[in-house]
Amino acid sequence: MSHDFLQMHLKAVISCLLIFLYKVHTTKAGQFFSSGHTNNWAVLVCTSRFWFNYRHVANTLSVYRSVKRLGIPDSHIVLMLADDMACNYRNPKPATVFSHKNMELNVYGDDVEVDYRGYEVTVENFLRVLTGRLPPSTPRSKRLLSDDRSNILIYLTGHGGNGFLKFQDSEEISNMELADAFEQMWQKRRYNELLFIIDTCQGASMYERFYSPNLMALASSQVGEDSLSHQPDLAIGVHLMDKYTFYLLEFLEEVHPASQANMNDLFKVCPQSQCVSTPGHRTDLFQRDPGSVLITDFFGSVRKVEITKDTINLTSPVEPPIQRSGSGDIQIESLTYVDQLPVAEIIHQKPKQKDWHPPDGFILGLWTLILLVFFQTYGIKHLKHIF
Amino acid sequence: AAFLLNDGTKNGETFAPAKDQFQEELVIRPLHSGDIYASFQFRTLWDTDFLQEGQKKVSHYRLFPKSLGQVLSKFSVQELHISFTQGFWRTMQWGQPFIPSPPGAELWVWFHDTVSDVDGNWKELTNVLSGIFCASLNFIDMTNTVQPSASFKPLGLGNATDHRFLRYATLPREIVCTENLTPWKKLLPCGSKAGLAVLMKSEKLFHSSFHSQAVHIRPICQDEQCTSKAWELRQTLNVVFDHYTSGQGKKEWSLFKMFSRTLTEACPLASSSKVYVDITDNPELFELSPATPLLSQAVVLGDRRTYSVYDLTRAETFGQLRSFNLLLRWKGDNMLRPLLHAERYVAGFGLQTGEIHTVIYNNHPYRAFPVLLMDSVPWYLQLYIHTLTVTSKSRDNKPSYIHYQPAKDRHRPHLLEMLIQLPPHSMTEVTVQFERALLKWTEYTPDPNHGFYVGSSVVSALVPSMVAMSTNFTQDQPLFSSFVPVKEESSYFVRVYTEPLLVNLPTPDFSMPYNVICLTCTVVAVGYGSFYNLLTRTFQVDEPSPPLAKRLANFIRRIRGVPLLA
Repeated sequence: MSHDFLQMHLKAVISCLLIFLYKVHTTKAGQFFSSGHTNNWAVLVCTSRFWFNYRHVANTLSVYRSVKRLGIPDSHIVLMLADDMACNYRNPKPATVFSHKNMELNVYGDDVEVDYRGYEVTVENFLRVLTGRLPPSTPRSKRLLSDDRSNILIYLTGHGGNGFLKFQDSEEISNMELADAFEQMWQKRRYNELLFIIDTCQGASMYERFYSPNLMALASSQVGEDSLSHQPDLAIGVHLMDKYTFYLLEFLEEVHPASQANMNDLFKVCPQSQCVSTPGHRTDLFQRDPGSVLITDFFGSVRKVEITKDTINLTSPVEPPIQRSGSGDIQIESLTYVDQLPVAEIIHQKPKQKDWHPPDGFILGLWTLILLVFFQTYGIKHLKHIF
Repeated sequence: AAFLLNDGTKNGETFAPAKDQFQEELVIRPLHSGDIYASFQFRTLWDTDFLQEGQKKVSHYRLFPKSLGQVLSKFSVQELHISFTQGFWRTMQWGQPFIPSPPGAELWVWFHDTVSDVDGNWKELTNVLSGIFCASLNFIDMTNTVQPSASFKPLGLGNATDHRFLRYATLPREIVCTENLTPWKKLLPCGSKAGLAVLMKSEKLFHSSFHSQAVHIRPICQDEQCTSKAWELRQTLNVVFDHYTSGQGKKEWSLFKMFSRTLTEACPLASSSKVYVDITDNPELFELSPATPLLSQAVVLGDRRTYSVYDLTRAETFGQLRSFNLLLRWKGDNMLRPLLHAERYVAGFGLQTGEIHTVIYNNHPYRAFPVLLMDSVPWYLQLYIHTLTVTSKSRDNKPSYIHYQPAKDRHRPHLLEMLIQLPPHSMTEVTVQFERALLKWTEYTPDPNHGFYVGSSVVSALVPSMVAMSTNFTQDQPLFSSFVPVKEESSYFVRVYTEPLLVNLPTPDFSMPYNVICLTCTVVAVGYGSFYNLLTRTFQVDEPSPPLAKRLANFIRRIRGVPLLA
């Protein structure tokens, strides 16, 4: 009797243990598959035009380089550069944009793909990219095709002020517009979490109006402070980078795809002793604790790989290319090339038939006036003589 | 995981052999000014039909890039020519290029005659191409598209000569940089990993006097009888390297110096991979290493030229080191003067009126030939066509054909096409006056003081050739001499582009709205405000409160009933 009781008790204990272990196992596996995002996007914008704003293009390209190095592919990056510095005629080394003086690091690279360039970088296009309201003929590379499981990194740089950012020296975007754009994105479920980095003067003013959830923001300077540029290169003749992005690049160069560095390390980049301005950040709208958010959650790219040893049968065969029907009996005319400059034909060319258009508004108005005057003077009874 | 592919032969069908082939070639031509001209051509020939209706659309792409194939079938394109150029081709110093192109971006397309809405297809096509080539081709719209009536006849097969299906546009402001080269290289079957494309390093290619990359797609004859047609995709890259940036005084170049790379193998997917070096000028003063016994003669641009050929598909070209670095030294100075040459400039002063002068030179000593001049001027330069004059040798030269389509403000540009007979050994000048328009303040670019560009004029001509050209079509012809189909032996077709113009439009001061608001508010506040105050305010005399002693004294006096102190 007691033996059976002991056995039953043992069985109960063992089964409890097994259930406990199983639960632990599933939570680990469950955790692996239930992290917040499944894909990563980046929108990197440089808003300044003219050669002396070389540093803004170098800023954006250095973030582009880091983001590409950590795994985000070109199809998931929307890169907007307001002016061309690499092939600018003032560039002593064409097809290069340097970030460190003495031309140490070429951030332009050999396989860059710029999606919006030159005059296309406008406030309207930027907001359309964010909200997804683009004309139907826009190619895929120019769209932000994110969904509700995307983590998006948005980086802006240029000249700014208290509450606005200047685009190409001719228009501005205000912090309220930006906050509204993010709210539109949230309501359309276009992001899971969004990291906003801005490197301009008084950059903190751009994120103080945000009100949508899951937003984290970093800026290079507080309201009332200017962001400063780092070092000039005497051969190129302009300042190469801004201080904040320079130290951000140095920080990111040490991050690799498997790195465990988190956002608290990012907040420490460029303290006031190095940057002269005070970088700021905002995390109150963000649900997770910044210490648990990895850098690669935004700067890298997620790849969930499931390894299986099963064999999968591909049953549908590849379609064979179409065989042309035999040309046996049919008389095929030999085709000819067109004459490139048929002088005789051109001289005797008839003017092409123009499509008939209804008369212009002016002509119609003139005729109406004439008819009105006619009927005014001669009376309506003469109408029957005409019709 | 293991994937099992179902074998096609199981069902009794066999796959047809692949009907596409790929050829690549590089032509190096030293120019008499010491510069060196390198022209890459990559050609993919594919026997297929993109314009097929029904569900049997082409879906299996091998050598032909899928992105371009889908564009062709979706928009029913018969012919597509797009080029991106940085720099201007100096005809007088460098001769004629193999394939000419204007500065900036140029796109011209012949649509199939089954298309009902050509303008709609054109608009969507430019947007799609802007995504493929990372260029701002979406700025091509009705204000800079023209429909030439006699120029730009199809270069491929076809009987569609109704010019309603032709669209032509240029963007002279378009910049070419690595971001345009990257997607262009991705269209090649071997990418930039093998074959001649490994030489394309952007840092060297863009540090040059002239850089042009183009894509030409057209249907061509497959064989001599021309009973069936195949689609040809040609990707060309023309570069002119500057002699002086190398810092040396000698005319000495090597592949490594030009491209910072050497060749190690041919593209495995290529059926032919060759390097041609032009040694026609003074062959005895030429030093070429490694030497090659292979010589080839070709008639190109009306001139018979001799080339040394290096075949990269043969392993012995690469020698012991498995690397092919071509070295050439030359001392010759002769150059055949180009027979046709054109220039264009703006004359006049001020920001209201001006005059466009186009000058065309015919350098042939005794032959006259006709040229077709096509000018596309944006609407904001309002041309006065009654001031159009064409003079040759200071006498009036009446064109035998003029087609003029006036501009419509903000809707379409001017199009002027003229067929002019050039007398031998002469200079012909075409002048037309214009007036500059004032744009609306939102239409100005962010940098309006840079100026506004006017696209290049196109001069198309059949130039008499010194040497008889061959009209036979052979498969072994090198690519650079077989681009334009030759119809008659005595002349060859050439297209010359003039410089683009940079014109300043009267630019307003964009800070004026702010200035006006400040001034008006100040005037209203100071002038009207003080006047209003004077009229509506009443004034009261206000006595200051007396000191404490006086107040106390007044209080006591009030109690006593005695008059108060002042």
